[in-house]
Amino acid sequence: MNHPYIPVLAFFAVALAVPIGALTLARVWMTFFTPIKRSKDKGELYECGVKPLAERQVRFHSQYYLFGLLFLLFDVETVFLLPFAVAFLKLSVGAFLVAMIFLLLLAEGLLWAWSKGLLNWRGPAKPNLTIYGD
Amino acid sequence: MAIDPKLADELKSQGVHVTSFEQLINWGRSSSLWPLQFGLACCAIEMIAATMAKYDMARFGAEVFRPSPRQADLMLVAGTVTKKMAPQVVRLYNQMAEPKYVIAMGACAISGGPFKDGYNVLKGIDRYIPVDIVIPGCPPRPEALLEGLLKLREKIANEKLLGKNRARHADPNGAASFPVPEYGPHDLNPPVNREVWNPPTIVREAGGGDA
Repeated sequence: MNHPYIPVLAFFAVALAVPIGALTLARVWMTFFTPIKRSKDKGELYECGVKPLAERQVRFHSQYYLFGLLFLLFDVETVFLLPFAVAFLKLSVGAFLVAMIFLLLLAEGLLWAWSKGLLNWRGPAKPNLTIYGD
Repeated sequence: MAIDPKLADELKSQGVHVTSFEQLINWGRSSSLWPLQFGLACCAIEMIAATMAKYDMARFGAEVFRPSPRQADLMLVAGTVTKKMAPQVVRLYNQMAEPKYVIAMGACAISGGPFKDGYNVLKGIDRYIPVDIVIPGCPPRPEALLEGLLKLREKIANEKLLGKNRARHADPNGAASFPVPEYGPHDLNPPVNREVWNPPTIVREAGGGDA
């Protein structure tokens, strides 16, 4: 009985019993005392009281994902360019070149995406994307 | 079933608390009223003041203003309800989970107030949804709002959950939602929900009075 982990076990049991007890009580309460009242308005989408304009589940075209990735490119670029710009006058030529190579890599990626037609958003467009050479 | 209140008081003075399931549940419900977070006009400023440090609505467990009707118990209609706004207010009320209560705060929410003669002002939100507590004033001071809240707590504490005279939310036949009015060419359609709003008709006697 004097196992050092007994209090932990007791703690675990209480932590389990409290939510399960509360949920069970809520369920019992619902069954016996509160009749379920469904209505069209209650199940409706919440748009600050206005009648919902759109469907419940909005679908994004998968092309949006590529746009998101390209945005990330600029995002990362900004994060690295800011300290680069702050420390610009103290940098050696080597560091400058490294930063330029980094920029070149990012710009190259953008140009590649651009040339593949990823930036043309024309509805459900089919970008001329061939990966892994197929 | 019910314990004599005098006996309960006597037991309480001896350190024994006697309660019923209903009382316990009602005590819990009345002590944790979560209002829906919205304000319509100047009364909302007083409502905000009531939640701040000086008046501190949190003392009564009603400070958690919810931005979603799914989590709210109390609708504080604080301000002028225009006819443009009325359908939204009614829809929000319909979207709230049971049990739900309405406080009409200020002259406008009660009757249209100083704008009663305006073509675009609803003459009282009680035309569409059942109002539990009305707080007069233009606008009512935060103390008045707190008083209204306490009155609502009293009302909830005395609600019956079973039996013939039970509260609306506990009654399977109680209305679940109220028709949302739509914009018509001249007025809201319908202009009033007769199931909720039935004022006594004023009968004037012909030739009565001295004038």
